[in-house]
This record gives sequence, C-alpha cells and structure tokens, in this order.
Amino acid sequence: MTTSIVLENVTKTFKLRYHRTIKQMSMAKVRGQETSTLFRAIDDVSFTVEQGEAIGLMGLNGSGKSTLLKMISGVMKPDDGSVLTRGRIAGLIATGAGFHPQLTGRENLYLNAAILGMSERETARKFDEIVEFADLGNRLDTQVGHYSSGQNARLGFAIAVHVDSDIFLADEALAVGDKPFKRKCLAKMREIRDSGRTIFYVSHAAGQVRKMCNRVIVLENGRLAFDGGVDEGIHFLHYDSDDEEEFADEETGDDI
Amino acid sequence: MLTPSATAAPAPYDEEPPFDSEASPEERRRTRRERRAARRAAQQADLDAAREAHAAAIESVPLVAPSAGNGLLAVFQRRYLLRLLVKREISARYQGSFLGLLWSYIGPLCQFFVYWFVIGTILGLHDQVENFGIHVFSGLIVVHFFTETFGAGTRSIVRNKSIVVKLPLPREMFPVASMLVSLFHVLPQLLILTVACLFYGWVPDALGMAALGLGLFIAMTLGTAGALMFSAANVYFRDFSKVVDLLHLFVRFSVPMIYPYSLVDKRFGSAAQYYLFNPLADCVLLIQRAFWVGTTPDPDHTIRTDLPANLMIWGLSVAGVSLVLLVIGQLVFSKLESKIPERL
Repeated sequence: MTTSIVLENVTKTFKLRYHRTIKQMSMAKVRGQETSTLFRAIDDVSFTVEQGEAIGLMGLNGSGKSTLLKMISGVMKPDDGSVLTRGRIAGLIATGAGFHPQLTGRENLYLNAAILGMSERETARKFDEIVEFADLGNRLDTQVGHYSSGQNARLGFAIAVHVDSDIFLADEALAVGDKPFKRKCLAKMREIRDSGRTIFYVSHAAGQVRKMCNRVIVLENGRLAFDGGVDEGIHFLHYDSDDEEEFADEETGDDI
Repeated sequence: MLTPSATAAPAPYDEEPPFDSEASPEERRRTRRERRAARRAAQQADLDAAREAHAAAIESVPLVAPSAGNGLLAVFQRRYLLRLLVKREISARYQGSFLGLLWSYIGPLCQFFVYWFVIGTILGLHDQVENFGIHVFSGLIVVHFFTETFGAGTRSIVRNKSIVVKLPLPREMFPVASMLVSLFHVLPQLLILTVACLFYGWVPDALGMAALGLGLFIAMTLGTAGALMFSAANVYFRDFSKVVDLLHLFVRFSVPMIYPYSLVDKRFGSAAQYYLFNPLADCVLLIQRAFWVGTTPDPDHTIRTDLPANLMIWGLSVAGVSLVLLVIGQLVFSKLESKIPERL
C-alpha cells in the first residue's frame, strides 16, 4: 500500500479582527476592548490516508472541515505541522470558481479547466465528455450569466470530475442539481473511487457517506474526534440516532 | 408499460451473436444471464487493471507539500492558463458595451486632447515645443501602460477572490495577466502614434527603436513590480489601491510629457539630473527619443537641446533598477501571500 495523504500535528490559527478601520481600532483601544482574538480552526490533527481509501470527513458546522480540506488542496499552509500529499489533486472544491458571467459556457469551460490544472491537450481530449456530462444542450454557447444556478453547477461539476487526479476532494458538492444529475454525479464519484483514487468527501449526509466511503474522520472544534469505520463514525456523531434514515433518499442517500 | 413487440425485440447488446433460433426460452434466458455475468466480470477486470496500473504509477510519485509551485517562474510554466486568463480579460472587459474595444482608445485620446488644448493652446506650449501633440502622445502611451498595469494589477487579487481563496494557483498569475492585458492595449496606440509620426516625416532609426524597447521594458517591469507589492498588500488593507490611484496623479505630472525636458533643465540647472532618478521620467524620455525626436526638423539638434546627455545609459541603469525592484516585489509578494486566502 502507498500512502496518499499524511498529516502530522497540523495546526491552523486564524486571527479574528473585530475592527478594521483606524477609527474603530483606536476607539477600541481607548475603551480597552480587544481588537482581535486568536481562533484555532485546526488543532493538532494527525492522520494517514492510504492510496485508494475513501474518507468521509464529517463534523458540525464550523468544526474545521473546509479549512482542513483547503490545507490538503494546498490553498492554505498550516501554521504548524506538515501536510504531505502524493500525486495530483483535483476535486469539487470550488466548482465554477472563476466563471465569467459574460463569457459563454464553452469559453468558461476551457478557462475553468485550465484553472483546475488541465493542459490544452487534456481539455481537448475530454471536451466532448464534459459537454455530454453537463448536458446543457444549446445553452453551452450562451452567456453563463444567464444560466440558472443548477446549470451553473452542472457545468462546474462536469469540468471538475473530469480532471485527472490521484486525490479527489469533494466539499459538500452535491447540494445542488436535480435528481437525475445527482444520480449521475454519484455514479461518477463511485467510478472515481473504484478506479483506485483516494477520495476525501466532506458531507453531512450520512446516507451518502455510507454509500461512498470506507472510513470516517470526525472533527470537533478543530480536533480529531473520531477516526475509524463508517457506521461507528456516523453513530459517533449521533447522525443515525433520529429517524433521519427513514427520510433518506433511496438512490442518492440524500436527506430529504 | 412494455408493449409485446418491445419485449420480443432482442436487447441491443453490442457485438453479440444472435440467439440460436432453435433454443428454448429457458436456454435463451440462461445464455443471456451468462453473457451478462461475463460482461460484468470483464468490467470488473478492466477496473481492477486500471486500479493496479494506477497503484503502480502512483508509487513512483513523491510525497510532497501540496501547495502550488509559486513565484513568477511558476506563472510562465503555466502559459496556457495565463493565455486564457488574458483572453478572458480582454474579451470580457468591454462586453455589453456598444463601443467595445474602442474604449481603450477613448480614455487616452480624451486625456490627449485635454492636455493638447489646455497645456498646448491655453498655456502656449505649442509655440515652445515642436510637434507638441506627438510629444504628449508618446509620453501618454507609456504612462498609460504603466498606470494600467499598476492599477489593474493591484486590484487583480481581490477581484479574483473566488479563485484565489479556493484553488491552489501561483497567485502571481493575476498581476502578470493584468500587465499582459495592458500591453495588449498598448499595441494599437503605438500604431496610431507611428502613423502620426510618419505623417510628420519621421524615419525610424536603430537607436530610437532600442530606446522604444528599453522604455517599454522599464514600464512593464516597474508596473509588474508595483502590482506584485501592492496587490498582496491590498488584500490586507484596501487602502493600498487608493494609494495607487494617488500615485498615478503624481506620475502624470512628474514626467516630461506635458512639458519638455528642456524646461526642467532650465529651471533646475545642475539639479536636473536628480529629476532623472525618477525611472518613469527616463522611460518617457526614451519613448520621445524613439518617436518625437524624429518628427522635429533637425533631430540631432533636438537630441542635444531637449534630451539629457547619456539618455541610453540612464535607460539601461533604470532598467537594471526595475529588475531589482521586480525581485523585491516578488519577495514582498511571497512574504504576504501565505495569509492571503484567510484575509481575503
């Protein structure tokens, strides 16, 4: 087995500022108020992921999931400790980031693919596949600004899942899109998982995590609270205690 | 609901031999089941092969920190993305406007006419400076290039927030793209200037063209250096983009564009050389050496009376200084950059 992601004592601290302008700052100083506090978003987290594992990263809002994902993707650097990854990283992190509303879907497709790290040749090779997956019909040649939010997401998603990668990150990706598209996305993600790529999936939907992942990591106030099996992880979060499962969608595992 | 004909029609399996017509329904069903199982096994085998190939390939890849390779060098390693970003800026900047790309000329042209009329006609510079229009326009082109690079570059990181906070890219990409967009808009202006100069009987000379190249290089390097420093600082405090706007005001009046260098020489005497420590002043003088000088009746005389001695030496030194500033800009950017995603 090859290690895919190694985190060692990773810590990330944010400085929260209450005041930004010189007037507010000096007022606060005069009154003896604090102008900023430190906030530990990720606190001493260590774990190792083997190549081909599918991790469900769970936790309540504000527990540090997105920050952790940003450090794994390389957008942020940890203040302390180290993050190491093997191979190319792609994923559904910011689908549609950098879409220009005044350019057409086709132009945005090329641009977004390049932003996600695809080369000219790779884009040309996958162009038809992406277009087919997004299934936008003749809207592809109209301005993205006129797309519905669902169509926007479809295009972004279609591009992101077609980037070649060794590590695939997904941040609450399936929140938009209609049901047929969601089904298609999940099938695609399963295909990614089955091809032996590492998956790092952030989600609140217990059903989806159960279907997609074989290991769950739970964060609690930035600390690693649980690392282990899927069912235990979901139980740890008490996500299975209420009758939520009854409402879970059969196919997509979504909570309704 | 399936119609009887639909159920009777053979399923559209690829490349499969037709069923034996003698076979009983029972046998047909069994063949179908076997084929389905075989297909599934083949798919599974494909998947396993892909997984093994992937596992073998990944083993040779080293374990590294995931942040993108940064710095200006990394930007030029991703030329394809840079090209697309520049194209996006160019085609998106004036989309939805009726005059489109013409706006790139309307701005400088309006400035040109204001200076030409107010300074030239009202203040009477037309009488003091030969071909005052060319004198102003050749300066204006390079000043406009510099201010556009500096200004748009400074705002570029904040403007591309959605990408910067989510995706690992060499972030120098955005100031550099702004510079290239500004450079793109310089070219047609240069064309207009060339045509105007030819009209005045200007003949290009080798040293003049060298001066043009040097002048553009200085504006480009200096603009990028400033954009790198201020774009990162602008993330922390948006005040920096206001500072840049203020600087542009000083730039316009601190270069020999709306007044001739000879006037500086006359007013300051031996102190005039300190005026040349302003890199943009040298930059503008170089462009005037390239265009304006050639349009005057006696270029050699103009070079002696209206340009500083050793202009090319000044130009080369300033180009060197600009390169040093670019390195400093890069260092400042790298220093500030690591906190950009959380401060934006």
